[in-house]
Amino acid sequence: MSDRHPDHYVAPVDETQPGAVDQVKLSARKSNMWLDAWRDLRKRPLFYVALVLALLVTVVALFPSWFTPLDPNAPGACLLADSNGAPVDGHPLGFTRQGCDVYSRIIYGASTSLTVGLLVVAITGAIGIPMGAIAGFYGGWVDSFLSRVGDIFFSIPYFLAAVVVMSVMSEYRNPLVISFAIGGFAWASLARIVRAEVLRNKNLEYVMASEAIGRSRGSTLLKHVLPNSMGPVIVTLTLSLGAAITAEATLSLLGIGLNGYMSWGNEIAQAQQTLRTNPSALFWPSLALTLTVLAFTFLGELIRDALDPKARARR
Amino acid sequence: MTLYVLKRLLQAIPVFFGTTFLIYFMVFSMPGDPVLALFGDRTPNPAVLEAVREQYNLDQPFIVQYFLYIKDFFTGDLGVTFSGQSVNEIFARAFPTTLMLVTIAVVAEFILSVGFGLLSGLRKGKFADHASLLLALVLNSIPPFVALFVAQYFIGIKLGWAPVTVGANVTWGALMLPGITIALTIYVVGMRLMRGSVIEAREGDYVRTAYAKGLTSKRVIPVHVARNSLIPVITNTAASFGALIAGTTVTEGIFNIPGIGKVLYDAIGLSEVSTIVSFVTILTVMYIIVNILVDLLYAVLDPRIRYV
Repeated sequence: MSDRHPDHYVAPVDETQPGAVDQVKLSARKSNMWLDAWRDLRKRPLFYVALVLALLVTVVALFPSWFTPLDPNAPGACLLADSNGAPVDGHPLGFTRQGCDVYSRIIYGASTSLTVGLLVVAITGAIGIPMGAIAGFYGGWVDSFLSRVGDIFFSIPYFLAAVVVMSVMSEYRNPLVISFAIGGFAWASLARIVRAEVLRNKNLEYVMASEAIGRSRGSTLLKHVLPNSMGPVIVTLTLSLGAAITAEATLSLLGIGLNGYMSWGNEIAQAQQTLRTNPSALFWPSLALTLTVLAFTFLGELIRDALDPKARARR
Repeated sequence: MTLYVLKRLLQAIPVFFGTTFLIYFMVFSMPGDPVLALFGDRTPNPAVLEAVREQYNLDQPFIVQYFLYIKDFFTGDLGVTFSGQSVNEIFARAFPTTLMLVTIAVVAEFILSVGFGLLSGLRKGKFADHASLLLALVLNSIPPFVALFVAQYFIGIKLGWAPVTVGANVTWGALMLPGITIALTIYVVGMRLMRGSVIEAREGDYVRTAYAKGLTSKRVIPVHVARNSLIPVITNTAASFGALIAGTTVTEGIFNIPGIGKVLYDAIGLSEVSTIVSFVTILTVMYIIVNILVDLLYAVLDPRIRYV
């Protein structure tokens, strides 16, 4: 070859027939964004730890009676004689100031925390995804208008907004109201993310192809652009699940959270008074809360990492 | 540049009116009588009720109420709390304390971000990188109030290294524990920015040039790599300054620090809706102002930002 091309290398075109280039190996493994991400996730031990923790919390929330024979809602569940008591047989984590069993209250509090977390995620998604998608896809004055509305919601720290809503709605402190108080303002950052993703996707060839074969704008957005923009959305929603559970607990700690519901935030708020004398009543619900938030945060972070080919390469 | 500043300020005007209107609208459109809510469980005298209604312009149509409120806000009259104290006075008394607390948190956050980010970026893919990222993520997942309770219990009560609560005697030393604890729960964002830009900078041509002309890494790392990686960390730190001012309620409540957050914390405890609304509005406006300053700072620090 060197005698034919003395100066520089030229690919041996004669030897490679055009047909060989076009031939695709059908036996090769299928691959797309989600499969690549899944293959990466499967190799990370932390993913399993987070997944098992998240599933455990979900099962505890759905079937609390599987985990404790005690019913903390039953009359006479708390005996003042046990006030601030140390762990004994059948009560592995001791007692609160009111003489309630700490362990069973944590188990029964899980469903409240998870319900609020999932409701907030649903509300955030239900407002944030359409707002961002419509703004990004249609552009023009629609984008200007929706983005300015988003800016306003984005500029009020969502926790402060929730404080205002919850203190005004003092008679309606139930999971639905608290979820709207948090999610009603937390959607703005999701809308920004969705808008950026849709903007990135909407000028790609597949969108043009979809319109060329006669699909309407709206249908293209729903069937092609939006599904391809879902990666960051799923990451953000998973992370916001943890943030929402924290927000609910914080509002309950301030005394404007849920009223009459057993929740980790309420347990922590009550145990705060006995921080010096009975720190374990504060410690255990805090640990349950922290591990739950940790599980969802890590799931979100690992999915983010797995979906991003650049981040995979950077490791 | 002047054009950019003007444009950014103009953008803030609808946001200012939008946010204040939204807060105002939220309070006055919710079920329940806001004036009755002021009195909690007590039943007020009808004459008092009328007087309060007039004081808050509640006898006017909603939109008039809102503009009267904005007029007062711009003329520097932030209103009175339920117990009759001037909001201006409370603000002037409490704000310096919050500023001290947030300054400690922000400085600690900056040091942690730069330190761990540099370590992580220089040891990319090695044990130190994974370990410090994992640590920062775990700390970030701990709900702030849990971290504060843990710090208060172990460092304050058990070890006695810091005052358990701050109280009236506000000193830099007493604010160290809550400030640093808060910094520990948020530094992951800044650390990642630092890590990313350190990794990018090390592959940059100017760093290769620096090595090529014979400089040792002792000089290249601090002067060429670290200094050029600081811009995103600085702007992130400035942004968290705004978020922290708005979010000191729990910190100041737990450590009994007499700042703005504590005023809000107490008002929440006593269900004084008008005080809550006043201070939420003030904090939101401060948050907006800090965010404008952050954008301007970003434009000043990074000449590549186009002023359009």
